[in-house]
Amino acid sequence: MHIVICIKQVPDSAQIRVHPVTNTIMRQGVPTIINPYDLFALEEALKLRDVHGGEVTVLTMGPPMAEDSLRKALGYGADRAVLLTDRYFAGSDTLATSFALSQAIAKIGETFGRPDIVFTGKQTIDGDTAQVGPGIAKRLNLSQLTYVAKIASIDLKTREIEVARRAEGGTQLLKSRLPCLITMLEDTNEIRRGSLQQALCAARSQVVKWTAADAGIDDLTRCGLRGSPTVVKRVFAPTARAESATQIDTAEKGLQDIADELIADILTRRPALEHELAFNSGT
Amino acid sequence: MSTASQATPRLAPGRAGVKKELPDRFKDYRHVWVFLELERGNVHPVSFELLGEGRKLADKLEVQLAGVVLGPPGEMVEDAVAEAFAYGADLVYIVDAPPLADYRNEPFAKALTDLVNTHKPEILLLGATTLGRDLAGSVATTLQTGLTADCTELDVDSDGSLAATRPTFGGSLLCTIYTLNYRPQMATVRPRVMPMPQRVDKPVGRVMRHKLSLVEDDIVTKVLGFLPDNQSAMANLAYADVVVAGGLGLGAAENLQLVKNLARAIGAEHGCSRPLVQKGWMPADRQIGQTGKTIRPKLYIAAGISGAIQHRVGVEGADLIVAINTDPNAPIFEFAHLGIVTDAIRFLPALTEAFTRRLSPHSRDKLAS
Repeated sequence: MHIVICIKQVPDSAQIRVHPVTNTIMRQGVPTIINPYDLFALEEALKLRDVHGGEVTVLTMGPPMAEDSLRKALGYGADRAVLLTDRYFAGSDTLATSFALSQAIAKIGETFGRPDIVFTGKQTIDGDTAQVGPGIAKRLNLSQLTYVAKIASIDLKTREIEVARRAEGGTQLLKSRLPCLITMLEDTNEIRRGSLQQALCAARSQVVKWTAADAGIDDLTRCGLRGSPTVVKRVFAPTARAESATQIDTAEKGLQDIADELIADILTRRPALEHELAFNSGT
Repeated sequence: MSTASQATPRLAPGRAGVKKELPDRFKDYRHVWVFLELERGNVHPVSFELLGEGRKLADKLEVQLAGVVLGPPGEMVEDAVAEAFAYGADLVYIVDAPPLADYRNEPFAKALTDLVNTHKPEILLLGATTLGRDLAGSVATTLQTGLTADCTELDVDSDGSLAATRPTFGGSLLCTIYTLNYRPQMATVRPRVMPMPQRVDKPVGRVMRHKLSLVEDDIVTKVLGFLPDNQSAMANLAYADVVVAGGLGLGAAENLQLVKNLARAIGAEHGCSRPLVQKGWMPADRQIGQTGKTIRPKLYIAAGISGAIQHRVGVEGADLIVAINTDPNAPIFEFAHLGIVTDAIRFLPALTEAFTRRLSPHSRDKLAS
C-alpha cells in the first residue's frame, strides 16, 4: 500500500520568547522540530507499512530549510520525501495550504502511485487549527476520519477500514473505505527509534523538491497570500489587567503561616467557597 | 460614515490594508448563524455559549440570529429547536433525516453546506469540539471561505466585518483575523471560552425545515458503535468548580502528586500546562489552555505555571486565580488575583495541610461557635 503523510516543520514552542519591551516574537535561534502531533501519524503510517508492505511518502510544504524535517522523517524509516517549496506559497492560510498540499498529493499519486491513506497530525502546535487535514480530504474526495485513536482493521481486498475515533463524550467506531484521510490523535503510539542503517540512508537519499509548477499547480491565485480568504489584520500582546496579583508577603514567615494567610484571603474574597470546598472534600 | 481604519489602529505589516470591495455575489449574505451540536440526544453546552455570542453580533449588525439543527427526525431535534429559541435564536433551520442520527462528516457537511448556499448567512459559528472542527474544516473548504479556529473574542467591526481574535505563535500573542472578501465568515470557539447566557423560556418561533439531499446508500462511512467514556475516570475539567494545576516549575513528574494531593483535599479536579503533556507527565485530557481545556472554575490554583498566553486564555474565565511561582516576574502574576512568590514543591504540602485543617468538621464547629 502507498501511504502519504503530511508533516510540518514548526518552531519548538517551548523555546519561543516574546521580547519584553516590543512584544514581538524573538525567532532568532529558535530550534525547529517536526510538529509533535505529526509523529503519531508518522508512526502509524510506518506500522501499517510494516504489516501490509508498500511505501510511505512524507510530504511537507515550507521554506527550503524544511528539508531538515523530511530528513528526520526518512531517519525514522519513511521511504521517500517530497518538499513543496515556492515563494508563491508564502502567507498561505489553511485553505491555501490544503489546496497546495492536495495538488502535491495528486501529483505524488501520478508519479509514485495513488495513495491508499493520507495521514496528518491532529493539528500543529504553531497554528493549532486542525483545518488542513479536513481541507485535503474534501479536495481529494477522501473519506475523512479525524481524531483517530486506533486503526482496528484494514482490508486491502475489499478496501475497507475500521477505526476508533475520539468523539465528544466517547469513542465512535466507524467503518469506511480507502482511500481515506486520517488525522491521528496524540498519545496513540510512540515514534520508533530509526535504525543506524535508516539514518545513513536518510543522509544519502534525495529529497524530491517541487515548485508550484512541478506539483502541477497552474492557478497561482489560489496559493499563498492571494489564495487565502483570511487576513491577519492585527497582532498584539494581551492587555495587562488593571491590577496585577495581590502578593502575599512571604518574608520571615513559615510555610504554614503563609498557607493559612492564603486560605483566609481566598475565603475573604469568595466566602461561598468555604462551604463548597468542605462539601467537596467529603469532610 | 466611519471607516475600517478607525477600528484597526495597528495594522500588521504585509497583509495590512488589504481591503477590497466585497464581490457582488456575496452582497446578499446576511444574518448570523450558530450550528447547534446535537450528539447522542444532548445539545453540547458550547452551542448555547455561541448563541449568546451570536446574539451580540446579530444585535450589533441589526440582523437576525439563526440556529441550525441537524439530526434524525423526532423529539431530539424538536427539543434542540426549543432550546435554540430559549437561548436567543430568532429562527431555526432544521435538516432532519435518518442519516443524521450519528455524526459523520459526509451527511453533516452536505446538509450544512446546502443550507448555507440556500440561505446565505454572513457569519457562521461552530463549537471547536471534535465534531465542530471536523465539520467546519470541510464545509469551509467546499464553500472556499475563511475559517478562524479557536477564537477567544468575536466582534463586529465598524464596517460590519467579523473581527475574530485568537492566540497565535503557539499562544504567545493574540491576532485578529478577518475574512474580508468571502462569505460566510466562519469561526469556531472552544467550550467554556464564552460565558453561558441566561436561558429564558420562549415559544418556538419561525422554523425552516429542509430535506437532506443524500440517502444512506450514498454515504461511504458507517457507524458501527459508540463507546461512552467512563465518566468517573474521565476528567471533567472544563466544567469543574475548583481546579488545581501544575506546570514546569514542579520540576519532575513525580511532583505532580503534590498537585493531586491538594486537589483531593479540596475536592478539585487537577490539570497541567501544555509542556507537561508534551513531556508525557500527564495525559492530554488534563491539559489546561488554548489547545487543552478552557476552564471557568470558582477557584483556580496554578502551581509552578509561568502563564504563557496559551495558558492564560484557558483560565481567564475563573472567578479567582491563585498563582504560586518562584519567579516574581512570571506573566501569571499579571492575571492572577492572588500571588505567592515561593517554591510550589515546598508550598503545596503546606497548603494541603492547611486546607485539611481548616475544612475539617472539628475546626468548622469551632469557627461556628
